[in-house]
Amino acid sequence: MPEAVHHSDALAHQFDSLEQQKEAATLGMWVFLVTEILFFGGLFLTYAVYRNWYPDAFEAGSHAMLIWAGTTNTAVLITSSLTMALAVHAAQTGRRGALMLFLVLTMILGTVFLGIKAFEYYTEFTEHHVPGAGFHLEGPEFYHAQLFFSLYFVMTGIHAAHMIIGLGIMAVMLWWSWKGVITKDYYNPIEVSGLYWHFVDIIWIFLFPLLYLIGRHAH
Amino acid sequence: MPSSTVLLPPHHYLNDGYGIKSWLLTRDHKRIALLYLAAITFFFVIGGLFAVMIRLELATPVGDLVSDETYNKLFTMHGIVMVFFFLIPSIPATLGNFLVPLMIGAKDLAFPKLNLASWYIYILGGLFTLYAMVTGGVDTGWTFYAPFSTVASTTAVIPTALGIFITGFSSILTGLNFIVTIHRMRAPGMTWFRMPLFLWSMYATSLIMVLGTPVLAITILLVAAERLFSFGFFNPALGGDPVLFQHLFWFYSHPAVYIMVLPAMGVVSEIVAAFCRKPVFGYNFVAFSSMAIAVLGFLVWGHHMFVAGESVYSALIFSVLSFLVAIPSAVKVFNWTATMYKGSISWQTPMLYALGFIGLFTIGGLTGLFLASVGLDVHVTDTYFVVAHFHYIMVGGAIMGYMGGLHYWWPKISGRLYNEYLARIAAVIIFVGFNLTFFPQFILGYLGMPRRYHAYPPEFQVLNVLSSAGASILGIGYLIPLLYLLWSLRYGKLAGSNPWGATGLEWTTTSPPPTENFHEVPIVTEGAYSYPSRVESQVA
Repeated sequence: MPEAVHHSDALAHQFDSLEQQKEAATLGMWVFLVTEILFFGGLFLTYAVYRNWYPDAFEAGSHAMLIWAGTTNTAVLITSSLTMALAVHAAQTGRRGALMLFLVLTMILGTVFLGIKAFEYYTEFTEHHVPGAGFHLEGPEFYHAQLFFSLYFVMTGIHAAHMIIGLGIMAVMLWWSWKGVITKDYYNPIEVSGLYWHFVDIIWIFLFPLLYLIGRHAH
Repeated sequence: MPSSTVLLPPHHYLNDGYGIKSWLLTRDHKRIALLYLAAITFFFVIGGLFAVMIRLELATPVGDLVSDETYNKLFTMHGIVMVFFFLIPSIPATLGNFLVPLMIGAKDLAFPKLNLASWYIYILGGLFTLYAMVTGGVDTGWTFYAPFSTVASTTAVIPTALGIFITGFSSILTGLNFIVTIHRMRAPGMTWFRMPLFLWSMYATSLIMVLGTPVLAITILLVAAERLFSFGFFNPALGGDPVLFQHLFWFYSHPAVYIMVLPAMGVVSEIVAAFCRKPVFGYNFVAFSSMAIAVLGFLVWGHHMFVAGESVYSALIFSVLSFLVAIPSAVKVFNWTATMYKGSISWQTPMLYALGFIGLFTIGGLTGLFLASVGLDVHVTDTYFVVAHFHYIMVGGAIMGYMGGLHYWWPKISGRLYNEYLARIAAVIIFVGFNLTFFPQFILGYLGMPRRYHAYPPEFQVLNVLSSAGASILGIGYLIPLLYLLWSLRYGKLAGSNPWGATGLEWTTTSPPPTENFHEVPIVTEGAYSYPSRVESQVA
């Protein structure tokens, strides 16, 4: 069997078969996602410590979030995971048109997410929720709420950076699909990119309740 | 060895393309290993020059050579360069890069482009850090403790932090590449328990790189963000906790010690087997001890905070867990010793370094147990005892292993032999110089000399002069191999494919190996280190 697929352009020289190549790429992405979990893990730990120390300040902070924006963004991202999964399926079944359509939809949803996020940042900025000398928040927890907003900006900011990288990856995948690099026999790049996209979604699924929901109705 | 009949192979990775582009755009793991070798040697020299300045200053009790501020920058940049730009990449990025595919019988690593990218990322991170150095340096200590690093220090913390952040990704990508390669690229018959022990140590090291480095990355990013914006993560004035920084920092930086020493242990396993002509005693135990060190290494970071307000109970638990690391470490030392027992030992240069490693690592490890004991640690925290301890591990352990490995595989890398006589002399000079430099520091620390000061009471001068004298001997010791290894590239005798008569797939291919490593895919039928038993070799 390795002889038969040796002619494929998609097979890199260091591998014996496309199957070995696929397994290696998939494992590589999973290992990368593990590093990502630890990368975000440092932030989640920091969040856990300070939420435990200053629960009132964090509740006040959650209260000041734009709940409609966070909820909409959650729906947008979950939908983008669906279109991503459909893109992988289209690639597996060799339907190039559908693959490109779903990749474009995924990118549009990702862009919508970032647009809403940018609007949220703008709102936080005009409402003086950016930590520093100009910081202001109604209520007695004013001071330590800065820690909440520091975490909010760093966590969502790093998440947004991952989204932007994801959009770049999707752009490359779209180009490869258009050029015909992606075929029924060689759809692994789509699958591996999909793993990354879903991972970034899952990070948001944790960020949303931690930043917007928990303790929202405590007061 | 009838060297007159040995010829260089007509096609090998070194003559597969000439010119700068064939190197800077290569995807061959062997060439990338050499790119790394050049880069880390450069940083080793820079870090070494900082050490020279430190030891010159400490030759006299008064702070006369440099100001206290300059001294702070010197030890900071010595630490940063040596840890992040030399020791962490040293064995994995050079010998590991060169050997992992060769040892498992693969054509290359799983992701050759990623491998090249990791070198460029390393260089980019290095440039940031060099930029920070020439624009005034940084004075926080290599540990970047907050809130000094985030609020007080006026030096180039952000570029240095970014340099380390960036370089971390080269480490992550190398580890990722090794893990996938070892899982997916092994030649037919190369089962996990037939792998050379060097690969087990590379695998364990890669796990730490992949799991630990991202935590450092986010920590250092938070430090930079806190300096740039008014974030208060580690600033008590804003409700933040400086000790949280220490937790996050040491969650990576303690396991990082094992990133440095585990690869050296792998090298020593290979050398001891080859120069005793015996299989490593208790292969499975040595293999699993690497994994045990990687796992336990993640559970001991709290022993860096015994005096930082840690509760008695967590100090107790971290103390016990730190003691546990001694078990797999001792398994290795005992098993190497047992391998040597009744072996046909030859005292060639790699073996001298391996023996140096075993002795010095044992001292470094045992003094680590002193420091893991809460009571004693409180007494010697932030003294030269700690400095001596970790230099025994990092220099006496990691660099001895690195030098041993470099000599052992040099004939494979270059196709030529170095001058054995000079090499043995250099190994002895390094051993003597090392001990003279660092043993007095144990005594100094125990007597109470604190680290990180440019002046000290006059009664400590004798020991400090001994240490500075030792450092100059050590420096010469490191210079000699640089010269004769470079010399051997052109004038060394041809090595032939297996100059040591060692086992392992890397010795079955030509020296230097062809670009694709093996002309035919090797098929493995036996375990590592299948040296003939004493009876067999006598019959033969």
